[in-house]
Amino acid sequence: MKFAVIVFPGSNCDVDMYHAVKDELGEQVDLVWHDADNLDEYDGILLPGGFSYGDYLRSGAIAHMSNVMAAVKRAAEADKPVLGVCNGFQILLESGLLPGAMLRNKNLKFICRTVELSVENDETMFTSLYEKGEKISIPVAHGEGNYYCDEATLAKLKENNQIAFTYASDVNGSLSDIAGITNEKGNVLGMMPHPERAVDELLGSADGLKLFQSIVKHWRNSHVVNA
Amino acid sequence: MSLMLEPNPQQIKDEKLYSTMGLTDEEFAKVEKILGRLPNYAETGLFSVMWSEHCSYKNSKPVLSRFPTKGEHVLQGPGEGAGIVDIGDGQAVAFKIESHNHPSAIEPYQGAATGVGGIIRDVFSMGARPVAILNSLRFGELETARVKYLFEEVVAGIAGYGNCIGIPTVGGEIGFDPSYDGNPLVNAMCVGLIDHKDIQKGQAKGVGNTVMYVGAKTGRDGIHGATFASEELSESSDEKRPAVQVGDPFMEKLLLEACLELIYNHQDVLVGIQDMGAAGLTSSSAEMASKSGSGIEMNLDLIPQRETGMTPYEMMLSESQERMLIVVKKGHEKEIEDLFAKYGLEAASVGVVTDDKMLRLIHKGEVAAEVPVDALAEDAPVYHKPSAEPEYFRTFQAMEDVTPDVTDHKETLVKLLQQPTIASKEWVYDQYDYQVRTNTVVAPGSDAAVIRLRGTNKALAMTTDCNARYIYLDPKTGGKIAVAEAARNIVASGARPLAITDGLNYGSPENPGVFWQLEQSADGISEACLALQSPVIGGNVSLYNETNGTAIYPTPIIGMVGLIEDVNHITTQAAKQAGDLVYVIGDAANDFGGSELQKLMNDGDIFGQSPAIDLTVEKARQDALLTAIQSGLVQSAHDISEGGFAVALVEKLFGTGLGARVSLQGEATAALFAETQSRFVITVKPENKEAFEAVVQDAKQIGEVTAQPLASITINGEEVVQAPVSELEDAWKGAIPCLLNSEA
Repeated sequence: MKFAVIVFPGSNCDVDMYHAVKDELGEQVDLVWHDADNLDEYDGILLPGGFSYGDYLRSGAIAHMSNVMAAVKRAAEADKPVLGVCNGFQILLESGLLPGAMLRNKNLKFICRTVELSVENDETMFTSLYEKGEKISIPVAHGEGNYYCDEATLAKLKENNQIAFTYASDVNGSLSDIAGITNEKGNVLGMMPHPERAVDELLGSADGLKLFQSIVKHWRNSHVVNA
Repeated sequence: MSLMLEPNPQQIKDEKLYSTMGLTDEEFAKVEKILGRLPNYAETGLFSVMWSEHCSYKNSKPVLSRFPTKGEHVLQGPGEGAGIVDIGDGQAVAFKIESHNHPSAIEPYQGAATGVGGIIRDVFSMGARPVAILNSLRFGELETARVKYLFEEVVAGIAGYGNCIGIPTVGGEIGFDPSYDGNPLVNAMCVGLIDHKDIQKGQAKGVGNTVMYVGAKTGRDGIHGATFASEELSESSDEKRPAVQVGDPFMEKLLLEACLELIYNHQDVLVGIQDMGAAGLTSSSAEMASKSGSGIEMNLDLIPQRETGMTPYEMMLSESQERMLIVVKKGHEKEIEDLFAKYGLEAASVGVVTDDKMLRLIHKGEVAAEVPVDALAEDAPVYHKPSAEPEYFRTFQAMEDVTPDVTDHKETLVKLLQQPTIASKEWVYDQYDYQVRTNTVVAPGSDAAVIRLRGTNKALAMTTDCNARYIYLDPKTGGKIAVAEAARNIVASGARPLAITDGLNYGSPENPGVFWQLEQSADGISEACLALQSPVIGGNVSLYNETNGTAIYPTPIIGMVGLIEDVNHITTQAAKQAGDLVYVIGDAANDFGGSELQKLMNDGDIFGQSPAIDLTVEKARQDALLTAIQSGLVQSAHDISEGGFAVALVEKLFGTGLGARVSLQGEATAALFAETQSRFVITVKPENKEAFEAVVQDAKQIGEVTAQPLASITINGEEVVQAPVSELEDAWKGAIPCLLNSEA
């Protein structure tokens, strides 16, 4: 399976995502600059964390207008897995691929620490190797991760089982402790916690690895038919 | 046509306008002699900023020359952007510390942020990829609204810059003492990785080669920042706010990536590269030319400018951030322009390398300044300031050691844990992204931070350290202790010390007592560097740290980096397992001078003699401990520092869910709280008891780690401390948030 890690000016978790896929997952991966307009050769798209365009205007607001985002949208429409982490999640929100918006953290400060997440839905292509209700340790590092949406959207997220991860206890004030959501089809996941930072026990946790392995498993299952 | 209201050369001399730029009468006379004529306004500015203490080290040079700077692993000593040390396999580590005290006192967020930005540029201008940031901060007591504001904004500024640029802030230290009330210290250290083949120098060689300006445009911010940094702070310092620069970490991220791409992929055309830090365009151009025995002619009309109507004086003295000066082989300008354009950055050809050793500036078709580069970069006057042993030192030395009268040892332990210097700094490092780049193995909160070296089995340990109270009481001994304690942190994490960078923060060198502190502490640092085989590879001097005539404690911050040969050797301070044996290395003596306990019990006052240190004993203990760690015999290790043994022991238990039961002999207050040097608390698996004791012969087994989360300390058969670890941990963790939230 071949992944693209999209690099925007100001992305800074791009190398982390790259190494997680290449060294720990053992799949192919390229760093793809934001001016690319064709992602057809890739089976999965990863939008990494960081401060694209310095978070100026609003987190993700400028990046979502980059050239590459049209190609990301086409990949999402083609049912390819699209994962946005942290700033990547914010970009997915700005581009309308996922519903809702981010507010500043409740304590108005940047928060960096490893937190406990609950797996809310183990039936997505990103979470199938987890158990529903499983508690996993994944780091967060953000200033604007306080997820918000209107009541109708929240009801819809719940009804469609789109909430993939919640914080086991409140971290940043997010509505319903939401840490990660998918789109209705389930092939676009946005999450504030960083699974790519939790792929090696040496650094404290490898709980994020199963997320990437789930993506690969789904891809292999859907492609074995054509083999 | 802009209004040029600059005074003419005769006015500058007659009205002594140079003195408002920081030049003395003698210095101005020297300038006149060098030029053989009166300098114009821009030229006077060039000399004043290049001859400031901040750029020329004119007062500290005689002291800096005492430091040992050589070692078999040193690839680059002091004098370039950062020092570099070999770590094997063709790799090296580059690092440096730098102060941003004065800007942070006036505009704490931007002062701290641009301090971080500046030291990062110093490191990547060497060709190194920045991989970690540390800091060392000092504030007054967290009691007034002003100090709380400075503390919160400095932390926010460090976080704002480091998080955005994506370099992990992995460690540091913070101390609180009334002497920093009006003059906080903000020292930032950056560590980078580099392959030997990529090491760059700031040089302008090859007549006819092109001088290019890359990065952000030049504005009117930070004009004369270096001069401002070389004055004492006073009530009128707020007027210097325009001398504080504003940082743009996004711009620096782009500049960083573009410069590293330039260095990695275009080395055949790149001649030299240097950060435009203090004194901006002036220092970068003059120093690059001076180092190479060449000259530079620049056309200032071509300098990318953010504002209109800027004068040569303003352009040359601006300290706008996120700019670099590079020299490339003639004819390759387009290649460089294209590279920077990919990152949305401008690369402007602004000048050429000449052979006349002059810095010549052209503005609107006329020569705006013409000055010998060596005069700017090398010929600053050097002052041997008078030095005198201050009265207070003699008084303190004559004092007897007095053991503070402690009645309730447990209550005292709780109070010590609540002292902000000792208390948990989680409130601070929670705001720093210490994990980005996914190499951080030991995060903030242990003795030293550790990052792995991806693709190898090695890791780097790093720390900043300085107990300024000891240095105030006894600068020479305190200087030794600062280096030894940094090395203890490095060794306790499983690393061999490689080298240090020093951030020397003192009061005004015009004060003979302050200058004596500088000399004495430099001697102490040098002695310890030799004994612990850790040379000085660079650093920074910040003098004039005084507010309204009161100097800070002398604070030479030691930034140290060590090499861990095998990631399996990485050791943290936290206890690991119930049943493990607790050892202490080194006995407590009656050492309370400058201790947390003395400060606590005397309303913030410190006095008497600092703890003594024997560097031979220090080295032997560090070597033995490192051998034991490398042999896999040590579960956890923590050095005993502020607050003494009791604080070190319970810190080992925090966050582990474990307890400890230990038993000691001797006078209780000293055994618990004395700050005797060269000591560690260690835990060892029972099955390694004999092997460990054979390696670390002066380690004493004093108890064991328990499953029950209770801290119990017995002295001479009497249990003097018994407390649930959670109670102690709550006090330790809650102290700083509580101080910040209470009414000023």
